[in-house]
Amino acid sequence: MADKLNQLTLKQAVEGLKEKKFSSAELHQSIIKRINEVEGKIFSFVEIVDKENPKQIEKEGILKGAFFAVKDVLSTKDIRSTASSKILANYVPVYEATVVKKLTDHGAEIIGKTNCDAFAFGASTENSGFGPTKNPWNTTKVPGGSSGGSAAAVAADECLFSLGTDTGGSIRQPASFCSVTGLKPTFGACSRFGLLAMASSFDCPGPIGKTVEDCEIVFDIIKGKDEKDATSVFYPKKKQVKKNLVIGLPKEFFGGGVENEVKNLVSQAAKILEKEGHRLVEISLPNTSLAISVYYILVPSEISSNMARYDGIRFGSNRESFENEVKRRIMLGTYTLESGYFDQYYLKAAKVRNLVKADYLNAFEKVDLILGPVSPTPPFGIGELINNPLKMYLSDVLTVGANLAGIPGLSIPCGFTHDNLPVGLQLLSPHFSEEILFDIGRQFQQITDWHKRKPKL
Amino acid sequence: MEITKIIIGLEVHIELKTKSKMFCGCPAGHFAKQPNTQTCPVCLGLPGALPVPNKKAIEWTILLGLSLGGEIPKLSQFDRKNYFYPDLPKGYQISQYKNPFSINGSLCLDNDKKIKIKRVHLEEDTAKLLHETVNGEKVSLIDFNRSGVPLVEIVSEPDLNSSDEAKEYLEKLQQLVRYLGISDADMEKGSMRCEPNINLEINEGDKSFFTPIVELKNINSFRFVKKAIDYEIHRQFEEFREKRIEKATGNKQTRGWDEAKQITFLQREKEEANDYRYFPEPDIPPIEWSDEEILNFKFQISSYELPWTKKQRFVDQYGLSDYQTNILTEDRKTADFFEECVRLDKVGVIEIANVIINKRSPEGLSPDQLIGFISASKTTSWNSEKEIEKLIEKLLKEHPEVIEGYKKGKPQALGMIIGLVKKDKNVLVSIDDIIKKIPL
Repeated sequence: MADKLNQLTLKQAVEGLKEKKFSSAELHQSIIKRINEVEGKIFSFVEIVDKENPKQIEKEGILKGAFFAVKDVLSTKDIRSTASSKILANYVPVYEATVVKKLTDHGAEIIGKTNCDAFAFGASTENSGFGPTKNPWNTTKVPGGSSGGSAAAVAADECLFSLGTDTGGSIRQPASFCSVTGLKPTFGACSRFGLLAMASSFDCPGPIGKTVEDCEIVFDIIKGKDEKDATSVFYPKKKQVKKNLVIGLPKEFFGGGVENEVKNLVSQAAKILEKEGHRLVEISLPNTSLAISVYYILVPSEISSNMARYDGIRFGSNRESFENEVKRRIMLGTYTLESGYFDQYYLKAAKVRNLVKADYLNAFEKVDLILGPVSPTPPFGIGELINNPLKMYLSDVLTVGANLAGIPGLSIPCGFTHDNLPVGLQLLSPHFSEEILFDIGRQFQQITDWHKRKPKL
Repeated sequence: MEITKIIIGLEVHIELKTKSKMFCGCPAGHFAKQPNTQTCPVCLGLPGALPVPNKKAIEWTILLGLSLGGEIPKLSQFDRKNYFYPDLPKGYQISQYKNPFSINGSLCLDNDKKIKIKRVHLEEDTAKLLHETVNGEKVSLIDFNRSGVPLVEIVSEPDLNSSDEAKEYLEKLQQLVRYLGISDADMEKGSMRCEPNINLEINEGDKSFFTPIVELKNINSFRFVKKAIDYEIHRQFEEFREKRIEKATGNKQTRGWDEAKQITFLQREKEEANDYRYFPEPDIPPIEWSDEEILNFKFQISSYELPWTKKQRFVDQYGLSDYQTNILTEDRKTADFFEECVRLDKVGVIEIANVIINKRSPEGLSPDQLIGFISASKTTSWNSEKEIEKLIEKLLKEHPEVIEGYKKGKPQALGMIIGLVKKDKNVLVSIDDIIKKIPL
């Protein structure tokens, strides 16, 4: 057992509470103490709930006493939910997002709301209206994004686990940058009700945790059909995962744009799995190079419509308080939906989306899962890409495919660069086959201990 | 210069009377309710809330489409219509654009003219803006009770050629949705709204011209529809004569009807400049019907007797006149009442029809009571046969001109006697009975 309660994994904490090794008030106090120590350095949270009084949790449930952090784009009843945008600086929702409610119904307790790029537009958390979150491993670096606060809070042991959202890599990339585990579920597996929409046909809420096991515990609770989300579906019964799997390594994921150190660490991780009896094969996802273009047409199109409700009439602030990246995407999307351009951009991109999806489905005819890096680079410096939005968009190149195809993806720590920056491994599997990701992810974490390392803060 | 053709197309909106709203569980009935008492995160457009379509509303839209002889495409979807207005909390309306629930229908007028119906689609109603003065300050208030109420839009081709045809089309449509029981379709209460699109073809010498299209709004009764269209025909003709502006892209106008002044007034120009940036609603998966489901809808609609089918049956089965069947089938309640009476019949179909049509019985009778009433009236009239004879004799003596007139071929002269008899006698007596008693 860890010396400090806040360092426990979700599983350890819940079991410890059940066995009465410590009280939920003690756990809460330890987490709050940690938040007080490190928040000044990393700024994971935009809102912390009840910081002063130690909480004794009475509500029973399998997650009793599980203190978790919630990305600020998820609606939390009576807790300010700003999407880290100034336009919602004073917005306090009257209702709870379904995924949050499912967790609290099982006894979990919200510790606070985490920082992100405003409305989740970004890959570094620098687009937050309230200032950037810093990477706990190196505070001159970004934590990734958009769920940067959620990943940093887990990495810094400021909570037991957190919820993020992934529209183009926003759970996987910050998980990779902060050396924690993050799952982007299959589209439709987890309800989007209460998720402040970025791009509705891409958005997926999902867990960020200290281990694969923890992510699975959370996923099992938040998944499933929600009557309030017409795109959610009944999650099929778990299948038995084969012992020896075929793992596809897309050559496009190990190409020129990917830094060597990243390639090497990910290749080593693949070899570890090979030693465990799995077979590695090279595959091709030929439309990978188109994915970013398609993504940055379809996503802003949906954004331009989803942002229309922040019209200055309600929610307090007027549109001048929109952050630059928000304005940029509203304008892009308004343009691509305009009559005369719609066919040329939106419709064409929608067709190419199907090609990208077909790439993945074809690959899954031959392999059980796909392995590659999460991000082409380790965490970059704060301020390094902020004035170059195009380059920033390219950091999503290896993650957007899963969102275009709607398939699940898992990001797990697989090592560190020479200057001690985390690198993550990405595993992708067919629709509604999260069990494959968990199975192989758990195996990997039994053999390796990258996920157990803690940043010095 | 003369008008050679009046061209009218109608866009009709009908609020469905489903229990709940189109995309959330709030009650849909909003008439005369306390403002903002029937709202939730979904119909308020709060961040993160999602629409879940109302199955009943979709089913009813399809039934309406089928009853208008429309096709049901196998694939339908909702689209977002993006525009800014304070009554639209999401900044877009969920509507249907490319793939509506029904297309290519038609509605037949009494003169056998078929009015083609382009599409029947489903969307959500907007909130209601109220402009009021509160504490001496002019304010605009928003009532979200109406926000998200299911709204069906029925779009006709410009096949209507007069205000009378437009009025008849609307009356027929109203009758149909009331028959289907899917809406109250009350123009005064706003559960049925119509927007006529009008322009004219004008001939001068051997040349013909088309006037710019005008869309009329603020019309809340059938009477106003006729008045507004007639006014607009006149106005367009005069305007053309004066300014000679022809129909062109971008010169469509929106005009409102001012009932007090009896005129239409300009509300908005350059209608077509609006770009709604339609795209498929990503929050609602496309709806694909199986052959079996479509068959099932067709089977459902076959269990309804539509107004025109019922009318024909009444003519065939009961030997009633067009006039009689029109009144008896005007609404389903009257038609059902008539048929129930006929089922209990001991007095004759024609007698029942006449009593119902002429409203000769006290109101609120059950079919049983109505039959009883007719029998009693007949008895009364038989008992007082002598009395009626005497009365007629007396009246004829007082008015010898009636018989004279009749003999000279003016049968309407009898009407006076009939009128006097009915006025004098406080008993039920049929016109036939009176005529029988007049010694001609």
